[in-house]
Amino acid sequence: MQSPVYTCSLDNVTQLINRIAEKMPVYGDFGSSKTTLSPKGFFLPALEKLYETAKINDSYKITPAPPENAPFVLLGIRACDAAAIEILDGVYLNDPIDPQYKARRHASYIVTFACETMGANCFCQSVNINPAAPKGDVKAWVKNGTFFWLAQSEKGERLTELLLDLLERTIPAGNDLLPVEPPDSAPALPLPADMLSAFNAPVWDNLHRACIACGTCTFLCPTCQCYDISSHECTENSEKTHCTRQWDACLYPGFTQMAHGNPRPSKKERFRQRFMHKLVYHMQKYGTSACVGCGRCVNKCPVNMNIVKVAHVLAQEEVNAYV
Amino acid sequence: MNEQEKMRTRAKELHAAGIIKQVLAWEAGAFPSYPAPAFFTKPNAFEKIVYNEFCTANLSKYVINITEKTLIFLRPCDAHSFAQLVKENQVKRENTYVIAVGCEGCVQVDEGEARDLLESCRTCTKTDYPLFDEEINTQNNPRESTNKAARFAEVTRLDSEENTARYAFWQAHFSQCIRCNACRNICPTCHCKECVMDSDHPLDGQFYHAIRALHQDGRCTDCGQCSRVCPRGIPVHLLNRKLIYTSNK
Repeated sequence: MQSPVYTCSLDNVTQLINRIAEKMPVYGDFGSSKTTLSPKGFFLPALEKLYETAKINDSYKITPAPPENAPFVLLGIRACDAAAIEILDGVYLNDPIDPQYKARRHASYIVTFACETMGANCFCQSVNINPAAPKGDVKAWVKNGTFFWLAQSEKGERLTELLLDLLERTIPAGNDLLPVEPPDSAPALPLPADMLSAFNAPVWDNLHRACIACGTCTFLCPTCQCYDISSHECTENSEKTHCTRQWDACLYPGFTQMAHGNPRPSKKERFRQRFMHKLVYHMQKYGTSACVGCGRCVNKCPVNMNIVKVAHVLAQEEVNAYV
Repeated sequence: MNEQEKMRTRAKELHAAGIIKQVLAWEAGAFPSYPAPAFFTKPNAFEKIVYNEFCTANLSKYVINITEKTLIFLRPCDAHSFAQLVKENQVKRENTYVIAVGCEGCVQVDEGEARDLLESCRTCTKTDYPLFDEEINTQNNPRESTNKAARFAEVTRLDSEENTARYAFWQAHFSQCIRCNACRNICPTCHCKECVMDSDHPLDGQFYHAIRALHQDGRCTDCGQCSRVCPRGIPVHLLNRKLIYTSNK
């Protein structure tokens, strides 16, 4: 059964947040735009300890890091980031399930916030995400000076229960459920029909040259989820060692480096991998693009070499035409 | 004729004369204010060369390891970086043809909106080009005398703070570091084939920035690219500016 829609005045939103904060930590707010960093760090921290080992006489004791299952709330998550969390779920909650991710994810309450305007770099609609209809446990939006609140999951209902005396039940009139008029000027991702054949497109030869192979796009991307694992203090006589997992980027030379060498020997292959993974491989495996159009990479790439440009060039073979 | 037209014209002429094989410049990006560095090899592509206040990327590092004679356009900050790379034997001067271009400073773009001049441009004191073959509109570089005072203002302000406050300032910034390596990879003088920071020490922002600053000491050309590219707003350039300030004294 569809949950009822609740409202409160904008002045009382702080009260709502404070009420939730009495029960569990609350991160974020119903701010004016998406955050600089994506919410992925709440589920996949940039650095986390996986386990410790201790030498006891002649044997070793391995102690896994305790699961982080204390509940918390993410507030004001936008449609793009909510879609990104679903994409991460597809990777980390399918076999083999990642226990660390699962613990944090199950402990989280996602309260999303519908976008009223599109940012300059936003292109979520190009990847079939409606900025006005974010997923999440609760969806919130503002219309005509009123704050709307709609639970979309069992978790969301539990949050609503905490707030019943602050909210007013309502039957939304007409288009109150659609707070955003989607602008039609969103830059498109004009991808070629056969993206897989783009693997061998000559455009990569030139396209990658501007890329400085930093990890900015990867680390800001809400769906980039690759990591590296390293062991520490593992000397010959170590009494104690520990193992960490940290964000890694496919643009780094050490990524996919193996004993025999690197199957992606140069920046060209690494650069191509990032976009093929986003636009092709993830699509093949999970049926959706791994790009949610949040535009963070567009905004922050040091050399303006971003997925929108790559898509345009691939579609038009533009670089090939004049290089 | 503005710089951009002259650049396109000279690229065509030098290519037609067989003096250069390719051009390193900026091309229009996915959005008008987002030009990206690009190599051009075909003359019909030279019309795509753009030059405006949004061409923020320093081109000098892209000529490391080039083997074909390349026309490169350098502004004063880029030209100083380029000269440093030549000095460090990273670039073969004979493989390059340098056109010095005038510069009125670059603008920071955030969320599609043009903001102020870059910090590095507001405090830029460079008007000269250490190495070049010819020049375009270089007499127009406006460098207000206030830039000179502004350049070390933040350094001296931090110097006047107590050690604990200064430490807290940097701690707050370094804790924001996500080790994306943008500052390192954009830095013209960070060109080690293997970086010590790649092997271990994940996410130790403080250690990373301290090592990097010391490794650039005496080589940093104060181009400000490190701070420009930081997605977390860390004023990375202040570390080396402090070292420059101390050396100057």
